[in-house]
Amino acid sequence: MNLKDFKFTEDHEWVKCEGDMSTIGITDYAQKELGDVVYVELPTPGDAIKKGDACSNIESVKAVSDIYAPVSGEITEVNNRLDDQPEKVNEDPYGEGWLFKIKMNNQDEIKALIDEEKYNDYLKGISEE
Amino acid sequence: MKKTKLNKAHHFLKGKMIDFLGWELPVQFSGINEEHNAVRTAGGLFDVSHMGEIFFRGGQALDAIQFLTSNNAAKLVPGKTQYSALLTEKGCFIDDLLVYMMADNQYMLVVNAANIEKDFNWMKSKASHFKVEIKNESDAYTQIAIQGPRAGKLLTQFTDNDISTINYYHFCSGRVLGIDAIISRTGYTGEDGFEVYFKSTDDQAADVFLQLAEQGGKMDILPAGLGARDTLRLEAKMALYGNDIDDSHTVLEADLSWILKLKKGEFIGKPALQAQKEKGITRKLIGCELIEKGIARHGYPVYPGEGKTSVVTSGTFAPYLKKSIGLTYLPIEFSPIGTEFKVGIRNRKVNARVVETPFYKRK
Repeated sequence: MNLKDFKFTEDHEWVKCEGDMSTIGITDYAQKELGDVVYVELPTPGDAIKKGDACSNIESVKAVSDIYAPVSGEITEVNNRLDDQPEKVNEDPYGEGWLFKIKMNNQDEIKALIDEEKYNDYLKGISEE
Repeated sequence: MKKTKLNKAHHFLKGKMIDFLGWELPVQFSGINEEHNAVRTAGGLFDVSHMGEIFFRGGQALDAIQFLTSNNAAKLVPGKTQYSALLTEKGCFIDDLLVYMMADNQYMLVVNAANIEKDFNWMKSKASHFKVEIKNESDAYTQIAIQGPRAGKLLTQFTDNDISTINYYHFCSGRVLGIDAIISRTGYTGEDGFEVYFKSTDDQAADVFLQLAEQGGKMDILPAGLGARDTLRLEAKMALYGNDIDDSHTVLEADLSWILKLKKGEFIGKPALQAQKEKGITRKLIGCELIEKGIARHGYPVYPGEGKTSVVTSGTFAPYLKKSIGLTYLPIEFSPIGTEFKVGIRNRKVNARVVETPFYKRK
């Protein structure tokens, strides 16, 4: 999987940007940690959200996890397919398992996100703890 | 962290290890859903060595057990097992347990891992006037649960004993891979299956588990972790101490009156329970399904009417039934099947309905 165009957060979310549009999902590490995803609670298109807001929930058999908005803006689209096929988050976290799209109102926020290499270093740090 | 004798085997099988009440144990191997459904359709192998084994030996062993527990242990014969409970004077739970009658004047009580010390101290102090030796031998025993429709087919390859003749809630003393073992037809998954108790070295114990896993793999039996154990027992509406039963709910409220034998003679909790039975209970443990999307989890608030009355004691997405299920105590007027109420899931109130239990019953 080529993740060169992806940015990451230390909360294990990914962001892919095209202009001021960003698509958000969770990383492969996150889906493995969560285990079998059975329900995804998504935000509503039109919602205005601020970076750091808990705007979505992913429920696995084991636990529930908050998803924090990695950037600020307006929710323009959510992945409704996850209503019937939440397992897509496990099967294809960087593709069909995407969560929602945000029209960003401050593209500078992207600069605070880390790239794939830094994210992998971060994961190594976690596994050594 | 404490380790069971199967620890090496779990690491070898790439179990995802967690700290469970001070024990390093696998929460899952291949995944909770997969392991859960393997147990329903083929089988699963569980390490339950963390559970406690407390032995009662002596001329008054039965009298002591009768005084300490709620079920009628006088009904036991050597080779038979009984589900029972240790109760407080108020009739609430100190623990739930299995009572094995090994021989005349000799019993093994199997208790929850979290409660071993508490139970042992309680038993010693409350039964001090009986002629019985009470000994905690928990650390010596490995316990492996082999559960599911193919459990017998797998286990029979490892023992010379004819395990097909062991009835449900019975056991025999035999050998597994040449090691002396108690082979018990019991379990906490809602499936047919066996629990095997034995004393051995670490290497022998790990070898038994790995050989079971290897041969089991050929018939789709998987090693399974604590995650699947929890979802399996909940689908079968088997109560978990600390969640569904505890020292603030009585055995009658927990809907476990079948392990309460008020006519058997004096025992701790009897007067309180007799009074409660005559008066009638005001709340009851019920099973529910969510009607809307979401998952009710342990500790979420429950609203039968306007106000919050209790919390979800156990809840999950049931991997085999593919439904969102839970257990909670409701006021008795809300307990009939079909009654609707609400569960608070974060900022939403989600509709739930009281349903028949067990949620899952094997055919």
